[in-house]
Amino acid sequence: MIYASQSLGDLWNWLLQQFAELCGSLGIPEVIRYMVEKGAYAVGLLVFISLTALVMIYMERKVSAHMQLRYGPMWTGGWHGWSQTIADMIKLLLKEDIIPDKADRWVHRIAPIVIFVPSLIGFLVIPFDKYLIGADLNVGILLVFGFSSIAVLSIFMGGWASNNKYTLLGGLRSAAQMISYELPLVLSVLGVIMTVGSLKMSDIVMAQKDVWFLFTPNLLGFIIYIIAGTAEVNRTPFDLPEAESELVSGYNTEYSGLKYGFFMLSEFTNTFIISAIAATFFMGGWNGPSWLPGIVSFLAKTYLIVFLLMWFRWTFPRLRVDRLMDFGWKFLLPLSFFNILMIAVWVLVKK
Amino acid sequence: MNDYLAVFIFIVMALGFTAAGLITAYLVRTSRPSLKKNETYECGEEPVGGAWIQFNMRYYVFALLFVVFDVEAVFLFPWAVVFKSFGVSALVELLVFLGILLAGLLYAWKKGSLQWE
Repeated sequence: MIYASQSLGDLWNWLLQQFAELCGSLGIPEVIRYMVEKGAYAVGLLVFISLTALVMIYMERKVSAHMQLRYGPMWTGGWHGWSQTIADMIKLLLKEDIIPDKADRWVHRIAPIVIFVPSLIGFLVIPFDKYLIGADLNVGILLVFGFSSIAVLSIFMGGWASNNKYTLLGGLRSAAQMISYELPLVLSVLGVIMTVGSLKMSDIVMAQKDVWFLFTPNLLGFIIYIIAGTAEVNRTPFDLPEAESELVSGYNTEYSGLKYGFFMLSEFTNTFIISAIAATFFMGGWNGPSWLPGIVSFLAKTYLIVFLLMWFRWTFPRLRVDRLMDFGWKFLLPLSFFNILMIAVWVLVKK
Repeated sequence: MNDYLAVFIFIVMALGFTAAGLITAYLVRTSRPSLKKNETYECGEEPVGGAWIQFNMRYYVFALLFVVFDVEAVFLFPWAVVFKSFGVSALVELLVFLGILLAGLLYAWKKGSLQWE
């Protein structure tokens, strides 16, 4: 039986059971059933991602506006300009696709696909609720990092193929920045993995049933993760790749229409993934008060981190290139090694 | 059931989603190319030379350093998973491994490879 107070994960699990019974009575093979189940989940996920992107762009505008004592979009759609991002999406769809004559046409075309598809795949292993996880792989977190690092390749492809000096500089800076901050990012979650002893997302959430890792010595890992994550998704104060005052728009200067839209959307989906991983690894994922559905507490934590990243944007000025690289290699990297050692000693002492 | 099948299904669907978007855009968008519009954008100036030029050696050095450290980070993941069950011996091994790693970092630091000019 299903009750209204139960969460979305339980509902999904119940639906799966019903479907399995139906398939059993009709004699449908296991493989077909599995593919239909995962296909349905994937469709739901794609709808969710589209809505998330729309909500996050609207949120970014409103948060930015209110931090600068403005209103932001107010007219489109009536109430507080709620449909502004939808209108923008339609506009991007209708815009002319301009490929410069001197550009490498095919690489220029492929680059937005190369950045967008991997940024969607990370969502598959994010545990939204108890049963609401696309594939609970035993290498869960590695899949996210593996696919999200493909973004570097795409940004460089876009910057190089446009055959424009601004895009080239933006692409090069971005590649250098993202590979430098990927190391602290990957190393900072090692502390949590050591405490849990598993790479599986559901195990990591389960281990935080009583106390979030944020309130253990893993706090240092969380701080490193947030800083490196901000750099990884090219947000201010680490937004040198698209420093608009010097590089026009960075690597995506020569893009227009939906191809530009893919670059922009993947920035928001990557921000969501970084925040969702932070919520899963350090803030207990779907764990929360028992009266709150798991997905609500998960999304609340994720959007708290998203808000924090937007807050950063209007608090810190942009770094200079040499200081950015110094900070990553000479401070964050040694600090994350120290973090691993500290957690190792802590885990042993606790045992 | 193999969970990687789900990953494969999702990759195919994500590609389909992206392709559907691009095809829709192709069908509905306008196309009026002109010589000036398709020029390389340089704030209205006539671009001098192409952009496929030699660039700073620094980027290459950092990419090389990244590959070294990323491979070592990959080695640390399986170690982290079994750390709890192995105990003190795993910690000693980590100290040796991190020692070598940090020696490499210090060498690169001293050599000036981390210096951005």
